[in-house]
Amino acid sequence: MNEAAVRAEVAGWLKANWDPALGLVEWRTKLAASGWGVPHWPAQWHGRDLSDGLVPVVEEEFAKAGAIGVAKAGIRTLAAATILAHGTDMQKAKYLLRILTGEDTWCQLFSEPGSGSDVAGAVTRAEFRGNQWVVNGQKVWTTSAHKAHWGLLLARTDWDATKHRGLSYFIIDMKQPGVTVQPLRQMNGYASFNQVFLTDAIVPPEEILSSVGDGWTVTNTTLMHERRGADGLRSWASGTDGAGRAYDEERAEIATTMEPYRWYPQRAGRVDLVMPQAVASGAIDDPVVRQEIGRLLVMAKSAEWTARRARTAKEQGKPQGPEGSLGKLASSNVARMAARVHTLIAGAGALLAGPDGPADGMVAEVLLSVPATSIAGGTDEIQRNIIAERVLKMPREPSEDTKKPFRDVPRNTVS
Amino acid sequence: MKFSFSPEQDEFRSNLRRFLAERSPAKEVRRLMETDAGWERDAWRRINGELGLTAVRIPEAYGGHGFGFGEQAIVLEEMGRVLLCAPYFSSAVLAAGAILNAGTDAQKAALLPGIASGAVVATLASVEDGGDWEADATRLAATRDGESWRLDGHKSFVLDGHSADLIVVLAMAPGGLSLFTVAGAADGLERRRLNSLDPTRKLARLEFRAVQAALLGAEGAAAGPFARVMAEAAVLLANEMVGGADRLREDALAYAMMRMQFGRSIAGFQSMKHKHADMLLEVELAKSAAYFAAAALDDGDGDVMATASLAKAAASEAYTQTAVHAIQIHGGIGFTWDNDTHLWFKRAKASEAMFGDAHFHRERMMQQMMGDAVMGAGS
Repeated sequence: MNEAAVRAEVAGWLKANWDPALGLVEWRTKLAASGWGVPHWPAQWHGRDLSDGLVPVVEEEFAKAGAIGVAKAGIRTLAAATILAHGTDMQKAKYLLRILTGEDTWCQLFSEPGSGSDVAGAVTRAEFRGNQWVVNGQKVWTTSAHKAHWGLLLARTDWDATKHRGLSYFIIDMKQPGVTVQPLRQMNGYASFNQVFLTDAIVPPEEILSSVGDGWTVTNTTLMHERRGADGLRSWASGTDGAGRAYDEERAEIATTMEPYRWYPQRAGRVDLVMPQAVASGAIDDPVVRQEIGRLLVMAKSAEWTARRARTAKEQGKPQGPEGSLGKLASSNVARMAARVHTLIAGAGALLAGPDGPADGMVAEVLLSVPATSIAGGTDEIQRNIIAERVLKMPREPSEDTKKPFRDVPRNTVS
Repeated sequence: MKFSFSPEQDEFRSNLRRFLAERSPAKEVRRLMETDAGWERDAWRRINGELGLTAVRIPEAYGGHGFGFGEQAIVLEEMGRVLLCAPYFSSAVLAAGAILNAGTDAQKAALLPGIASGAVVATLASVEDGGDWEADATRLAATRDGESWRLDGHKSFVLDGHSADLIVVLAMAPGGLSLFTVAGAADGLERRRLNSLDPTRKLARLEFRAVQAALLGAEGAAAGPFARVMAEAAVLLANEMVGGADRLREDALAYAMMRMQFGRSIAGFQSMKHKHADMLLEVELAKSAAYFAAAALDDGDGDVMATASLAKAAASEAYTQTAVHAIQIHGGIGFTWDNDTHLWFKRAKASEAMFGDAHFHRERMMQQMMGDAVMGAGS
């Protein structure tokens, strides 16, 4: 299908079907049946087999009509991508539609206190007892775990296998007695993440993704989508403006889903606040301050254009160039420099937080949130390794941990 | 705004890259940098004749190919990769840009076809001994002399100034800042080649004593066109610079991959991997800024002056930083004359300072943005 044909068809379909008076789930169920909600998905599973390049065309038509799309915010998009790639037909039938309608909320159970950057070092154990999997262990940094219906769980099923081959990947029901969720308070005062304690939690045998021992492959699918969609996860999801039941329900959904991400704009450095703050405080008259702001804006703009360059190349179906792997590291650099520049502009104001602080406490929130940027979702150090090894094809570090049975690998005593 | 190159542009680039790699290997760069002019008419005519590079951005009406800044930026990026020793920047960017922005139709018709064909090598002389890149530092005086004009004073840091056939000169006339054209061989013009840090790019100091000149465009009307030429030059130099930076980065990576120490390739050490990841990031970001700025010139973007300065500031930091890392990665051998790294290091340093360094352009960008903010608030 060419662009004009897609445009005409989706516009026609929306004209005939879009109705803001519908309930959100009712509308999205219709949308999923039409295939226009996720047009790049397979036709068999709520999509239309459309090329990635035509997705923006469909989105433009939705925007023109003011029509609401399928549920996209949160971990559910990662769950959908992973299930699409590795799930059985039964799993796809059970989960995908409810992801698109927004009825189900998901969380990701990968990181553990003893394994952050080294996700494959997970020690949460899943044992097959009787006719089901029994899970014991602790997960951490789990966004929205307290609200989630389902979790994407990485657990060790074989301690005699090597590190990466002893892992399996499950879908776990979060609403069961064996799952306890506790909020984790951060240095900036927010508690957006959770610790999840798994105590004899149960997973039925049909809820494994792919096969026993293939968990690392599946995990990489999730992580790849996380890296690729990082901008989408981090940016503020905005609702569709309008009056009507569907709009109201979407606004409520976004408020709930995005609540844990309230401080994420500050984490990214709030480059947008720099010039207004510098003008308001008069710091802009200082040539030293101007140099530092200039330095920041050069980097921030170049990073933004690099992301656009990568996006355009992808839309045109070109092979991904190096520019596509650099976004995460670039945003860390931008955030760190923004925090420095905000401090410079604020002067003594940097001593104050909350309503007493500059920009009603936003500057203080930037200073206390930026350190998370270079850690969450893969530390800067891991990003550099990935760029060096996958993009530049530099040799991997000699590894001490991947050739012997995992039970013989040294690991943290506090797990 | 375009964010990707078209298939035609990609093909143009890959052909050009192959061609220039063949015609301008390091050995040829070393040969030409030892000459007085820094380039050779016959060698340059052969390269330019085959691809018509000087004609790329000159309109068809004046003997050119009529392409945009996007295409010329590709030419410069590829020339920057190989440190091509040719009077391209002086002629096809600076002089042609000045004539296009300031000249009358008749002057364009008279002057541009020669530059487009490569028969005439031209340059722009704007800066004086103080090295101030701002136009209002111009002291060289123009006085009317019957139908013609007379120039007295000096210019410095003139790219290919001692070898150009035609020189566009920025001067102060009674009516204000104006541009003039002067023959390279004019009476009263004394040209001295300066000892440039970058031997692949020659600079000259020019002394004008009652040199006969022709007014380019209108008297007192040069400020706008000159500012525009300098923005174009900043953008195109930024594109040349990212080409050089990328080449340096690739060479340093290739060296690290094959250099063995402690029983393994040094590219396997994390200190080396992280450095290379950072280098790639910095060069790719500077590339994006350079590409975006070239597209902004083609699109006639309102912010183009700020964008040009942004691109030059990014390229200045990235090229020099990459060159510093490249020497370090090569270790001792990188500090020797026989190793080629220093050729790019010198070009990086020279380009950093040329048309204003990163500090200069950051300040210029900020002034531009603050001006816009004030104007935006008033409207």
